[in-house]
Amino acid sequence: MRYLPHSDNERQQMLNSIGIDCVDELFASIPKSAIKQGQFDLPNHKGEFLVAQHLGDLAKKNLSANDVPFFIGAGAYHHHVPASVDHLIQRSEWLTAYTPYQPEISQGTLQALFEFQTQVATLMGMDIANASMYDGSTATAEAALMAKRITRRKKIILSGGLHPQYRDVVHTYLDNGKDLITLDSTPDGQGDISSQIDEQTAAIIVQTPDYFGSLRDVKQLADAAHEKGALLIVVITEIISLGLLEAPGNLGADIVVAEGQSLGNSLNFGGPYLGLLATRAKFTRQLPGRLCGQTIDSAGRRSYTLTLSTREQHIRREKATSNICTNAGLCALAFSIHLTLLGGTGLTKLAKLNHKMARELANELQKNPNIKLLNNSFFNEMVVRLPKAAEQIVNNLANKNILAGMPLSRLEPDNRQVENLLILAATELTSSKDIKTLCQALREELL
Amino acid sequence: MSMNSTGRPTSANQQNKVNAAALLPDEPLLFEVGRLDSSGVDLPEVQIDNSFLGGFERQEKLQLHGLSEPETMRHYVRLSRLNISIDASIYPLGSCTMKHNPRLNEQMARLNGFANIHPLQPINTVQGALEMIEQLADWLMKLTNTPAISMSPKAGAHGELCGMMAIKAAHDANGQSERNIVLVPESAHGTNPATAAFLGYQVRSIKANENGTVDVSAVIEAMDENVAAIMLTNPNTCGLFEPDIIKIADAIHDAGAYFYCDGANFNAIMGIVCPGDLGIDAMHINLHKTFSTPHGGGGPGAGPVVLSEALAPFAPVPFIKKGGDNITLVEHVEDSQSLGRLTAFHGQTGMFIRSLSFILSHGIDGIEQVAKDAVLNANYVKVKLEGEFSLPFGNQHTMHEVLFDDSFLAGTGVTTLDFAKAMIDEGFHPMTMYFPLVVQGAMLIEPTESESKYSLDNFCQKMLELAKDAKVGNVERFTNAPMRAPRNRIDETLAARKPILKWVKEE
Repeated sequence: MRYLPHSDNERQQMLNSIGIDCVDELFASIPKSAIKQGQFDLPNHKGEFLVAQHLGDLAKKNLSANDVPFFIGAGAYHHHVPASVDHLIQRSEWLTAYTPYQPEISQGTLQALFEFQTQVATLMGMDIANASMYDGSTATAEAALMAKRITRRKKIILSGGLHPQYRDVVHTYLDNGKDLITLDSTPDGQGDISSQIDEQTAAIIVQTPDYFGSLRDVKQLADAAHEKGALLIVVITEIISLGLLEAPGNLGADIVVAEGQSLGNSLNFGGPYLGLLATRAKFTRQLPGRLCGQTIDSAGRRSYTLTLSTREQHIRREKATSNICTNAGLCALAFSIHLTLLGGTGLTKLAKLNHKMARELANELQKNPNIKLLNNSFFNEMVVRLPKAAEQIVNNLANKNILAGMPLSRLEPDNRQVENLLILAATELTSSKDIKTLCQALREELL
Repeated sequence: MSMNSTGRPTSANQQNKVNAAALLPDEPLLFEVGRLDSSGVDLPEVQIDNSFLGGFERQEKLQLHGLSEPETMRHYVRLSRLNISIDASIYPLGSCTMKHNPRLNEQMARLNGFANIHPLQPINTVQGALEMIEQLADWLMKLTNTPAISMSPKAGAHGELCGMMAIKAAHDANGQSERNIVLVPESAHGTNPATAAFLGYQVRSIKANENGTVDVSAVIEAMDENVAAIMLTNPNTCGLFEPDIIKIADAIHDAGAYFYCDGANFNAIMGIVCPGDLGIDAMHINLHKTFSTPHGGGGPGAGPVVLSEALAPFAPVPFIKKGGDNITLVEHVEDSQSLGRLTAFHGQTGMFIRSLSFILSHGIDGIEQVAKDAVLNANYVKVKLEGEFSLPFGNQHTMHEVLFDDSFLAGTGVTTLDFAKAMIDEGFHPMTMYFPLVVQGAMLIEPTESESKYSLDNFCQKMLELAKDAKVGNVERFTNAPMRAPRNRIDETLAARKPILKWVKEE
């Protein structure tokens, strides 16, 4: 077995040192009735190329976004990741290190986290960011809980434009939707959030660009929330939008959460991704998750360490701010390296390119009189109304090797109002040729 | 000392201690080496009109520093050299299972057909991915002998949340919502009480006996009609198999409560004991521990949860269903008892590929050998060290990790923390310290199956030298440690007292 170092001879030497004849004696404390009887119905070990063939065959059965005209977004986006990012994160020192609990021998990870926190806070226009969360959806739920701790109020209001799966995760985390107000989810009616805010409201949660791709007026919502002493939580699923759009922190947001996958991380069929969470300095001690801070060593040198861990479960146990133990370290590193390569100028260029391709997609789609664009604003994603059920059309186009977007019915099968609606995204990887291929195929479907 | 024909020493142990500062350069912050107008990515400058941006464009230029590609490589390579890693050294963190991370796994996760598929593609374009998840799920259910699994949880603590939510949902469905207490042994991971409290439960602590395990009588004594569940780690965090575990499961079930098992230490028993046979109702499996997905400096993890028949109806969405030639992904359930959704999309697919690659490589024969070697290694370390170190629970065989306390350091002026920092100067990552909380100054050593006999001998030899040195009064070696790491002792108190959580430009 190539991963196990001992020879049988060495095993015997070690057993001799322990003073026993057989390794089974080490398991003698296990009650007999607990030991597995008989054989498992499972195969024995395989060499490297056999495993590679097996998994390679499974991978080949999937249709890759790299190989076809591709227009799916809805919370995960197909972007280019520079070659150097993946090379760097596969270095042993990043890949195979543990959580930096021993700061003297983990300054690489810690400094990278400190830089990551600074980048995220800057991007969002906030004072501080944590060292990352599992993903955007769980970060949203944690932000809701954080707002309840800060305000000591119960009610959370979800805007109708929140990604339906994020909405469901918040619902699960908040004791099955206890004290949760969920506004209707339709692309045109954005729901009157302001009238729902009252003195019991801890926070309103709004996504921008929202689930339908439309941009929301953060400033106005922040003012409405603050007037009643509530907080505004802004959710972003396409982080590249911040290359072009105003940072939520500059518009009055109190907590900003985001899915960071678009930078540095592949689609990976939904995970692992990384959640971003940023807030005002005054809320630092209510933050969930890990934080890295600057300090000095005994020789007075600038150093970094995990800090404020009295908020966390390994110190506070049942009194912790969250049960979270880990962050998304390697995904956060990939995010940070990609953002370093881009810099502010590169991110702005990338955002503009995304918007340009989305505009081109919208223009080409609208040339078909059967397709109606529902957005007045968007960054790189939009909703169109088709004359018939979107799911069938998407499936038909998939059979022609075009991944045409996501039918809204996928996430809301019971909502008949969205049956004919399709969400499409464009990125820097979308070509004019891809757009023409899609529109031609749609013309044939909608004849 | 042995010499070769040219009179140079040949024994590695006799080499002079090298000051490696030249290879461990300090690296300025990105914000000190980068420029606001620098970039390492070539992108076209495109013109856009703002008619679809709703008036929400940035008013000021984004103040993010950039680096060219060669500068980026240098920055992150130099930073990386300040880290210790499994590939470079034994990493004997108890309860963390820092085993080798096979590179085949990394290659498999990056195959075009896995890395570049979207979670919301039509189901018939991702059949290979669903099949992959189904195969991993099948292995995990068979290895645990359980009938159901949720693949959603993003990490171990997320898995705990999943399992405990299923337990809560089951009590609610059975009209037992008033049950508000969860039993947690004192030796538990901090996540256990935090998870229970997160769900509104009160935590009732259970004491260990003098052998470091939980007696069924202690559980029965703590039991009443308000107890919803017990959260028990097995093998426990003292490295011991809970001998009463089946009796505890019976007692819990007789009282109408459920048994959550923390599976962090599954590495010790996989292929030998099926937790389902012990009577557990839910157990998370840390793929980043037992199944070798890289820790990555703190995540991403993955924590699938196996469930008993009683809890299966309460599993979260989504789940995979096999029917005929096709595999479907159930993302919505109507009128069901499901606890809901724990995360967007379908869990940590990239981690599933790595784990399945590890599992197929080992096979069931290799998996059983993993457990045996992990336990063999821990006992070997125990036997080598027990002459100088102190065992809190008497001389018994241990499972995959060995626990010492700090009584061997009594009167030396050296603490567990000092000892750990001195290990750094010998080139090792320290063991887990001050955990579990049930022993004074705990030192929890988990070598894993990945360490060779040579590596263990070397580690033990240095550990014994350190212990002897502490006892003869060479205190400075410990209290000043580390002296040969990229940093000396770091002031963690200052970091917490005056938090600096991001870089700010000096005026």
